Amino acid sequence: MYNGGKIIIGLIIFVGLIALPFVFSGKGASAKPEPKLDTPEILKLPETERKCVESKEYMKREHMKLLNEWRDWVVRDGLTIYTSSSGKQYTMSLQNTCMKCHSNKTKFCDECHNYTAVKPYCWDCHIKPKEKEL
Amino acid sequence: MGIIFSFFAVIALIVIVFIGVQGANLHYLFGVVIPYAAFFIFLLGVIYRVLQWGRIPVPFRIPTTAGQQKSHPWIKTNPIDNPFTATGVFIRMAFEVLLFRSLFRNTKAELRDGPILSYGSTKWLWLGGLAFHYTFLIILTRHLRFFFEPIPGVIKIIESLDGFFQVGAPVLYLTDLIFIAAVTFLFLRRVVIPQVRYISLAQDYFPLFLIFSIGLTGVLMRYFLKTDVVGIKELTMGLVTFKPVVPKDINIIFYIHLFLVSTLFIYFPMSKLMHMAGVFLSPTRNLANNNRAEMHVNPWNYPVKVHTYEEYENDFRDKMKAAGLPVEKE
Repeated sequence: MYNGGKIIIGLIIFVGLIALPFVFSGKGASAKPEPKLDTPEILKLPETERKCVESKEYMKREHMKLLNEWRDWVVRDGLTIYTSSSGKQYTMSLQNTCMKCHSNKTKFCDECHNYTAVKPYCWDCHIKPKEKEL
Repeated sequence: MGIIFSFFAVIALIVIVFIGVQGANLHYLFGVVIPYAAFFIFLLGVIYRVLQWGRIPVPFRIPTTAGQQKSHPWIKTNPIDNPFTATGVFIRMAFEVLLFRSLFRNTKAELRDGPILSYGSTKWLWLGGLAFHYTFLIILTRHLRFFFEPIPGVIKIIESLDGFFQVGAPVLYLTDLIFIAAVTFLFLRRVVIPQVRYISLAQDYFPLFLIFSIGLTGVLMRYFLKTDVVGIKELTMGLVTFKPVVPKDINIIFYIHLFLVSTLFIYFPMSKLMHMAGVFLSPTRNLANNNRAEMHVNPWNYPVKVHTYEEYENDFRDKMKAAGLPVEKE
């Protein structure tokens, strides 16, 4: 080995950087987000009526796109009624439609958003819902 | 030839995932086993290559410099481009590693109006390379959000800066755009410039295609096809805590992305991508130019058997005297 000391130091830095996620994966490493659907508004509904504007799978994947489109349609195009794929009509409003059922922002939105470091800018303009238990 | 081979090699990799995950349901193999294998091949491979390089002696300082060497006190020296001290070397290395200074000096030669050969400065490779490497670094750092819980603030800051313009949802990352553009440029450069195309081989095209498809699958996954991000993080957190889990319902696009990344990790130590470590070991960059000031002994010098004049005279003194030749000792 020539200049062994320096090369070994370099390799140690390399291995150290690579090992960071393994060593410091964090205390929440095994935590799993569990968005809660037990708001009073949802519980009031009969079991069969507990449906979002679109299917659960669709909402899970596409809710951000949907909300973005709603914003554009309402704010820019002046449209206010959304017709879902099942033909049902909803008022396009984050605060009055979405948050009416999902009034638990911290236990519903933030649960997954925090887990994946997503910081939507909804609440830059909208007023956060007041939650009783924090 | 190389270009076609590389293209179909990457296509084949994608087809393998389709067959393996979609067809044979080998989620555990593609989600856990191959990523682990790739990671350890990468880690051990890089260490092995660096240690192999470390065993090669550099007997002499190789001063390929662009500045005046340190000599007499009245001659102005260039302490960074032609460093004499370790500090100078450190600064030159920092310029090289962080700003790609050698590429900045890139020139092009072209024949103009008949037999007039002209040289010019060309910064496109430097710019493209810089854009490519730095966006790659930012993208890699951003991905660390999948490997820490809670997520360190630095990663969140990088992410929010990257999505600064808040275009669409999920927010468009600037680095994604620049990255794809830079890889495309680096590829087109190889194809369009005849001299570069002439010296380009499969090993040049393959990493470009591979990295491009990694970028493309990532972009598709984030902006278009979408998949269960929470599930992905459960998988990655399982990997770093050595308690692997494979959540259901993760779209095939994620497995393609992951497999291509794994391929890159496996390919890394055995390819030109090792310049990541190699740049630190460039003898023309990391050695101070002190050839004239210091003695550098060639490490493979063996003891040479010498026969001095004194010994010679001792051997033949009588004969020299008899022949009337002058001797130093009587």
